[in-house]
Amino acid sequence: MTPLIFFIFAGIAVFCGINLVAQRHPIASALSLVGVMGSLAILYLQLGGEFIAAAQVIVYAGAIMVLFVFVIMLLNAGAEGAAPRVSGIVRYLGLILLAAFLGLISFVIQSMLPRTEGVVFGAFQGGTALEIGRKLFTVYLLPFEVTSVLILIAIVGAIVLARKEI
Amino acid sequence: MNFLIISLIKAALIAFVLLTALAYLQWIERKVIAHIQLRVGPYRVGPHGLLQPLADVVKLITKEGVIPSHVNRLFYIMAPWLAVTLALISIAVIPFGPEITVGGVTTWMQLTDLRIGVLFVLAVSSIGVYGVALGGWASNNKYSLLGGLRSSAQMISYELPLALAVAAPLLLANTLSFREMVQYQSGYWLGFIPRWNAIPEILGFIVFLIAGFAETNRVPFDLPEAENELVAGFHTEYSSMKFAAFFMAEYANMVTVTAVATLLFLGGWTPLFPEPYSDFVPIIVFALGGLIAIYHGLNPARRKDKFTLPAAGLVFLGLAALFGVSLFVPVLKAILMALFWFCGKIGILLFIFIWVRGTSPRFRYDQLMRFAWTMLFPLSMVNLLITGLIVALTTK
Repeated sequence: MTPLIFFIFAGIAVFCGINLVAQRHPIASALSLVGVMGSLAILYLQLGGEFIAAAQVIVYAGAIMVLFVFVIMLLNAGAEGAAPRVSGIVRYLGLILLAAFLGLISFVIQSMLPRTEGVVFGAFQGGTALEIGRKLFTVYLLPFEVTSVLILIAIVGAIVLARKEI
Repeated sequence: MNFLIISLIKAALIAFVLLTALAYLQWIERKVIAHIQLRVGPYRVGPHGLLQPLADVVKLITKEGVIPSHVNRLFYIMAPWLAVTLALISIAVIPFGPEITVGGVTTWMQLTDLRIGVLFVLAVSSIGVYGVALGGWASNNKYSLLGGLRSSAQMISYELPLALAVAAPLLLANTLSFREMVQYQSGYWLGFIPRWNAIPEILGFIVFLIAGFAETNRVPFDLPEAENELVAGFHTEYSSMKFAAFFMAEYANMVTVTAVATLLFLGGWTPLFPEPYSDFVPIIVFALGGLIAIYHGLNPARRKDKFTLPAAGLVFLGLAALFGVSLFVPVLKAILMALFWFCGKIGILLFIFIWVRGTSPRFRYDQLMRFAWTMLFPLSMVNLLITGLIVALTTK
């Protein structure tokens, strides 16, 4: 059952990812990205990261992508025109290069992977909000605080830039 | 296998009850607002318009679903179904009552208890905005687009105080599961004051309710469908079942917000009074209601009241008798008491939603935004900080 769900949502994630690039309309692309985020959340859930899954949906699909869609609607961006025609040689050459590139990438990843047994669904139990909170405020306290300062700087910067316009 | 069958039965039961309740919530809203405005409201279909929801459903289903010619077809059709699906899905993690044993089968009065139930509801409500925003955009109509834009801006702004207000009771109870949340709130201070989060968290409760009004696009925050500015806002171009889906989503969101408020702040299904006294409350309430209805039926103000009010009174007396019988049947008592208190609290909150709609005017757009960012957000932040400080000082 679990491998089946994994393949379904992995498939949806890949399909939405390709669709994101292939679509001409910005709204359709943005929604494909939401699809990717949603399926990734399901995969996190399967791996036992329930808090990360919820955060993924709330932060990425719910907040950031809504802002994307909001801005696209506000600017009323229309569909892009068709891409300029490419000659046949370039197209076939691109296909070969793409295959080579993917092969290279997969080889590098394969060689970098530690030689351990595969992932077992449901084996990891440390993904609860409690565990993550404990880790964040003990082991990773410094990165956590530094990140929050970084976000504060970004907010102040955004306000300064926006005020110039008014 | 057993689990699957029980879950299917529970899902079917909850879906049936919820959808019926949504249809009748609309009837109740029309009736209450009518009486606030000194009208009678729906009166023609059935006694006191009781069959009006049925007539509305039939009308909406049989109506022609017009798709305007310049819309983005895919998103135009997708938007209402997205809205209603996301609105209905939250009910899966809402617990209605404690663990019960019926005929040897022990089960919770809840579809499923997630360890991150509260986060699940927040997540679903945060993606719920896509339905409205997409519907407004895909309609290819400037009023719809403005409605969709307003709605997304409003929901993003009010989600912040909403989430911060939710965080305070979570800190107190130290859990993300609704079930444990209610268990934390059972019991009484000094033997008679219920240990509900609404008492220490009164500020958070008020912020949550106000933000809830905004999240569900209800008056006074119904800018996305302001009739005098935007025709009907994001659903201007929708008709037939697609319109009904948006409508249903709004009411389902209302039910979800009130249910979450009940679970987080009002102690879920825990009664207002300690155990032996709380058992008699539903009997007294229903018996009183029945007697008042019969009294008015015997002194009718309108011709029809001679038949309808005594009938309603008998139904109420029957309910009172049912609760009386349940005192001697433990299984029935567990189910009925939990349902009475839970539905009672939700009902009161829903009535407040309708009441506000009947009495208060609409905000201006800049007022709406200023209120969220300069008023609610700091308030909920202060509330969260104080709660955090108290929790840190009192726990070892």
